Amino acid sequence: MYPDLLSTYGDRGNLLVLRRRAELRGIEVEAIEVNADQPVPGQGDIYLIGGGEDLPQILAANRLRADGGLASAASRGAVVFAVCAGYQVIGDFFGGVEGERVAGLGILDISSGRGDRRGVGEVVADVDPALGVPRLTGFENHQGVTKLGSGARPLARVTLGVGNGDGTEGAYAGKVLGTYLHGPALARNPGLADLLLSWAVGPLQPLDPDAEEWASRLRRERLAAVDR
Amino acid sequence: MTRLPLRARVATAVGGAAGRVSRLTGRGDGSVIGGLLGLRVEPGLLRLLAAGRKVVLVTGTNGKTTTTRLITAGLSALGQEVASNAFGANMEAGLASALGRAPDAPYAVLETDERYLPTVIEATSPQVVVLLNLSRDQMDRAAEIWLTARQWRQALAAAPDCTVIANADDPLIAWAASAAPRVTWVAAGQRWHEDSWCCPRCGSHLCRDELGWRCGECGFARPATRWALSGDAVVDEAGQSHELSLALPGRANRSNAMVALAVAAHFGAGADQALPCLREVRSVAGRYTQVQRHGRLVRLLLAKNPAGWLEAFDVLAAGPVPVLLAVNAQMPDGKDTSWLWDVDYRVLRGRPVFITGERRLDLAVRLEADQVPFELTDGIDAAVDLVTGGELDVIANYTAFQHIRVILGRAE
Repeated sequence: MYPDLLSTYGDRGNLLVLRRRAELRGIEVEAIEVNADQPVPGQGDIYLIGGGEDLPQILAANRLRADGGLASAASRGAVVFAVCAGYQVIGDFFGGVEGERVAGLGILDISSGRGDRRGVGEVVADVDPALGVPRLTGFENHQGVTKLGSGARPLARVTLGVGNGDGTEGAYAGKVLGTYLHGPALARNPGLADLLLSWAVGPLQPLDPDAEEWASRLRRERLAAVDR
Repeated sequence: MTRLPLRARVATAVGGAAGRVSRLTGRGDGSVIGGLLGLRVEPGLLRLLAAGRKVVLVTGTNGKTTTTRLITAGLSALGQEVASNAFGANMEAGLASALGRAPDAPYAVLETDERYLPTVIEATSPQVVVLLNLSRDQMDRAAEIWLTARQWRQALAAAPDCTVIANADDPLIAWAASAAPRVTWVAAGQRWHEDSWCCPRCGSHLCRDELGWRCGECGFARPATRWALSGDAVVDEAGQSHELSLALPGRANRSNAMVALAVAAHFGAGADQALPCLREVRSVAGRYTQVQRHGRLVRLLLAKNPAGWLEAFDVLAAGPVPVLLAVNAQMPDGKDTSWLWDVDYRVLRGRPVFITGERRLDLAVRLEADQVPFELTDGIDAAVDLVTGGELDVIANYTAFQHIRVILGRAE
């Protein structure tokens, strides 16, 4: 969704990783990039929304609210994966340029504001065991603080980094999932990519370890780099 | 030097000595340590050293060092000494050091870090400020670029005697420059559009066509330009065409040269006078350098962010000349490698690709996703030895580039 506005930190990487991991299993993928001046298609299986600066984030929220397509896709059970600014946008509201409240899409029961300082750096977080996804490794760069309502569960607990600001990181409800791990979060967390794919198409075959070699090595390297 | 107060002279001497030690011991080119010590002795050193000179400041995300070098070359046509921080040390210390090394130069061309531009404008009262482009770069430590542009606006509005030479093709640059009293607009191009889909003035969606960009809501639009490129030629403000024939490769460098000609014209040097000096620039602090290594010709390209990588791909030798990609993530590079995913590597298909650097595994996963075959190597020499032909192009980000330069013998 809206790569022209919300794709500041290499967010396209999540699309590329999902596509690759689907195609390695013989699942055909059609990728559609929807710019902010185009209508949101209703028939998507997985919707990705990325990070961005304040002005594009506000513009994106306003356009997506006016369009209505993403909210109705979520309500019919489509998978939504939202990152950083996009994570805030799918909540009830978030903080604008001067900290004012900006209405979000209300797809996920969270609300965000501005924290006192920017959270910048590597993140390690242990995922809710109910999701069966290994420990997350990623990078965050945001000043947002996010509170979860009763309708959403924390995605993970941080062991390194800021995340939502209260020791948790990200949130999910049904097939809607958001995280502050920005940019190509799925490149370093193929387990999370597979969770999203399985939500869309059902149980997945495991991949040949050879096809996973580089991603596995990168994961090990990043987790080892911060484990000192 | 005699016009400087004693404290400034002491500060300059202390800084100069430290700089020489740094160079002699091979730790660096000496401009930062020298300037830092000088500023410790006299905090107002930059202001004192800049006083009475004709100062040009050059800033933007990409092309600062090369454009600074080309402007310095262009102004040398006037026959007077030009002070410049030619090695890319672009914060206050590097600027003070450059001025201290050339106390009698009437001109100063200073590459300036984007974030320090307001401070440096205030301290040096420049006659000309050059604004090249703004795009995503090291966002784990830099402020978001819209905030940077907003700070530039305030600084330029408070500098009434300064002429801004600005790239009209970059909407953020146009917005920043439009706060200045006098602007010479140049059509320096913008290959990378991904950071300028929003109107910087009102936040609405920008429309683009072959004529440029325009906001459908508030009407903010690309300003009319006085300098433009036409193929390999620059068309100046009088409508005259000048063939560039630069030694430096690529479209980005033709734009940088056009900017240098506009600055030279501001100080009275015509294009016919300045151009021969621009053509003599063959490499800039190691960039574009060609080095012989183990019987192969190695060419060095620096690319620090997605927009820079697009420009680097533009000047690669024609396939199948192999390429080595080197990526680090130290403090000067930015600790975040997410930007790798903003670069489209598919143009590298069909040529041997080698990868190295501290973050080569990030690069490996990235290339795999683009289905670009690659080989992991342990560094420049390993790659050179694997190359079967006579040439190797190298694209590296900042500290990876400096590391390779050192191995190749501090290649200039």
